[in-house]
This record gives sequence, C-alpha cells and structure tokens, in this order.
Amino acid sequence: MSLLVFIAVWQALAVYFASHTLPTPVIVSTVFWQSCVTGELPFHLGATLLRLVVSFSIAMLLGCALGIVLGRNKKLDAFFDNWLVIFLNVPALVTIILCYVWFGLIESAAILAVVLNKLPNVIVTIREGTRALDQDLLDMAKCYNLSKRDTLVHVIWPQLHPFVMGATRSGLALIWKIILVVELLGRSNGMGYQLHLFFQLFDVASILAYTIAFVAIIQLIELIILKPLDKKSLQWRR
Amino acid sequence: MSDVHINIVSKFYPAIERAGQHLAISDLKLTLKSNEFICLLGPSGCGKTTLLNIVAGLDNDYEGEIFAGLKSVLPKIGYIFQNPRLLPWRTVRENIDLVLGAQSSTAVVDSLLEVMQLTHFQHVYPERLSLGMSRRVAIIRAFAVDPDILLMDEPFVSLDAPTARQVRELLLTLWSERPHTVLFVTHDLREAIVLADRLIFLSAAPMSFISEIKVPIARAERHNESAIEAFRWQLLNDYPLIKTLL
Repeated sequence: MSLLVFIAVWQALAVYFASHTLPTPVIVSTVFWQSCVTGELPFHLGATLLRLVVSFSIAMLLGCALGIVLGRNKKLDAFFDNWLVIFLNVPALVTIILCYVWFGLIESAAILAVVLNKLPNVIVTIREGTRALDQDLLDMAKCYNLSKRDTLVHVIWPQLHPFVMGATRSGLALIWKIILVVELLGRSNGMGYQLHLFFQLFDVASILAYTIAFVAIIQLIELIILKPLDKKSLQWRR
Repeated sequence: MSDVHINIVSKFYPAIERAGQHLAISDLKLTLKSNEFICLLGPSGCGKTTLLNIVAGLDNDYEGEIFAGLKSVLPKIGYIFQNPRLLPWRTVRENIDLVLGAQSSTAVVDSLLEVMQLTHFQHVYPERLSLGMSRRVAIIRAFAVDPDILLMDEPFVSLDAPTARQVRELLLTLWSERPHTVLFVTHDLREAIVLADRLIFLSAAPMSFISEIKVPIARAERHNESAIEAFRWQLLNDYPLIKTLL
C-alpha cells in the first residue's frame, strides 16, 4: 500500500515537473527491463554481489573471532582498544584510496578496503556481546567439563546471536555503500562503476533503475536469509 | 566410588579499593565417605558457596588440596546451583545430553527423567517450566554425569513449601536408587535432618569447622514428621550454639 502511494506521488511529481532529471516510474521501469534483457544490469549487479559476499564473509568471520577474543581477554583488549577506535573512525575514503595506492587497482585491494572498513564494526559489536556473557552459564559449562568446542557452540554462540544479527544487518548496509565507492574509484564493473557512468551521462532513469534492483536485492536477503535465521534461533523464547 | 578429601588451608579474597583483603575460609578439613549425604550448615555469608566453587574447580585461587581417592585425582563434579542454570535455547533433554557429551546413554536419561517425573516435559524449553521443574532438571543433569561428588547449593530455596517438599522427596528417591556422595548446603535445620547422614556446622567467616553430628534417624523413618521434629528440638537443646549459626 505504502509502495503504491509512493509510486503515485512520484508519477505526479514527475509529470508536474516534466524534467529530464526526474523521469516517471514508467520510463524507469522500461529502462530497468531493457538493461535486464541486455544482461548489463545482472552482470554488474552480479559483480557487486560477489564482492559483497566475499568481503562480508571475511569481515564477519574475522570480526567474530577477534571480538570474542578481545571480549574474553582484558589485556589484549586494553592493548587494542585505541587502535579499534582509530580504525572505527578512519573515513572509508581514506582506507579505499590507500589500499588502491599501495596495492594497485586490483580486485584484492578492493576487497581489502571493504573488509578494513567493516571489520572494526563487527569486532566492537561482538566484543560487547562477549562482555555481556552470562558467567553463571560459563561456570556451569566449566564444572561439567564441557569441551572448548561445545562451550563455544552451545553456551557462548547462542548468547552472541542477537549481536551477530545486529552486526550482520548494520554490516550489510555499510558494505553496500562502501563497495559502491570502491567500484566507482577503481573498478571497471559493478554497480558503483555503472552509477559513475550514468552520472557523467546525466542518465537519471538508469540510476533509478539500478537503485530499484539494489533495493529488491536487499529485501530478498532480508526475507530469504535473515528472517528465517531470526526465527530459527529465537524459537525457544516465549 | 572413592572418598573425597577436602583440605583448604586458606582462601583469601583480594583487597578491592577500600575493602581490605578478606579471609573467607581458614583451615577446613572434610573427608566425605563414599555415598555419604552431608549437609553443611552455617550462617549466611560464611563462605559456603565459596567452598562449593572451590570443590567444583571454579575457583582455583586458594591454598589447599582436593582429591578423590588417590592424591591428585580431581573429583568428577555434578553441581546443582542455587538457580538452575539451564541453557534456555536447549530443551530439557538437550540440556542433559549436552553435559553427557559422547557418553550419552538414552536409557539412563530416560530413567532419570522418569524418576523425576519429567518424561512428558523432555522436549520443552526451560522458559516454559516452573521453577520446581527447572530444579528437577538441574538435579537430573547432575546425577546423569555420575559424579564423584554432587554439590548442591541451597537448591530448594525460593520454592514454596509443598513444592520444596516434593522436590526434596524426589531427590531422596533418586539418591537412594543411585547413591552418590553429596555435599548439600542449607540454612534449614529441618531440611538438613531429613536429608543428611551427617550434619556439619560451620562458623561465620573466616569459615572453619565447628562440629559434626550424625543423624541417627533411619532412612525409612525420614518421612516421619514427629521424629524429625523431636531430633531438631534435641539438637537445639543440646547445642544452643546452633541457634546462633542459622
């Protein structure tokens, strides 16, 4: 319903201004369809998605591991705390440019730049989660001689789950934005590269068409992956 | 199963800011005979939970030694905490299976569930259980690992009287079917008399041994209220000091 109202308002505004910079929904959907048929949009969206999956996985795995370690170890935490705050606050653009300058305009430099931007975020979230672990349950695990693996999987991980989901959601949003900048600055495919091209051509219809594809993908990820994960892991709650 | 020896020379809590160093336990020696049910009685704050945590291996910052049978063999522990400490994301059965690990035996768990009258609740998540039921699950979990020593830290506190009595009776049923060495902490002299073979009285902090009393009432007579009450009065009369300890 809210979607229909949105489209109606958009249509009305576009007709009223009749400007090249605000195309009607009809034009945008035509452009969307055409770029799908030519395979251009799927190709670039695919390139971006691949980067997203790779950099997101690396950042989450590393971030969870480091976050748990820092949350459990006060000395290491004190040592790295300042660095974490620094990395958390370095502008994304700086890391991206430095990665390209130092390692060249290559794929791994692009991935590294994204991971470096996301990683501190995950570490901080998971570290907070680890600090909030229930000591009573950890004591229980210890006196019943649970193995390290069982303790991690069955006692610690379920308590971290809300934090991991939080890091996942905020992380996806952040990574999308950073990947597009990374592509814009130094890649010859992907959504960022395309948007840059459209910007130079002042092709607003294409920009909007790509945005729609982007929003659709986000919704799909939420619906197909994140929601079921939430549901499965929260079934024990009243 | 072998005797468990507890010998704690001293246990200090380090000074924190303005609170100075605190001597919690001083020179405490206990020997628990195999399958003996011992109740520890002492004023609150005297360090009973500290003692249990040391025996359970959760607190290693003390001077002394604890071993089962031969020297340097740590006893295998089953710990029933004051709150049940079940994992809320695992069902009753999954909670029990977790501590059993690879040696999990369906038949043993089944029979434990049956004695504790929880067979119908084995696939329920702990949040749906009453406190009394959660306590029963914690008791099953502790028995299931077949420990050298069962530690119980006031496991029936904050249950209403009928529920506490029910769980206590179920515990005794289970214990008589599968005898284990038990170290049971309580404030409640009557409860201690119903349960124990031997009562051990402990002083306020720094905690040390005061005296021990064998409960002369036969197991079969333990449900006899008047026998329990008579012995309680006798104790309080013979040892007026007890009143100050509870």
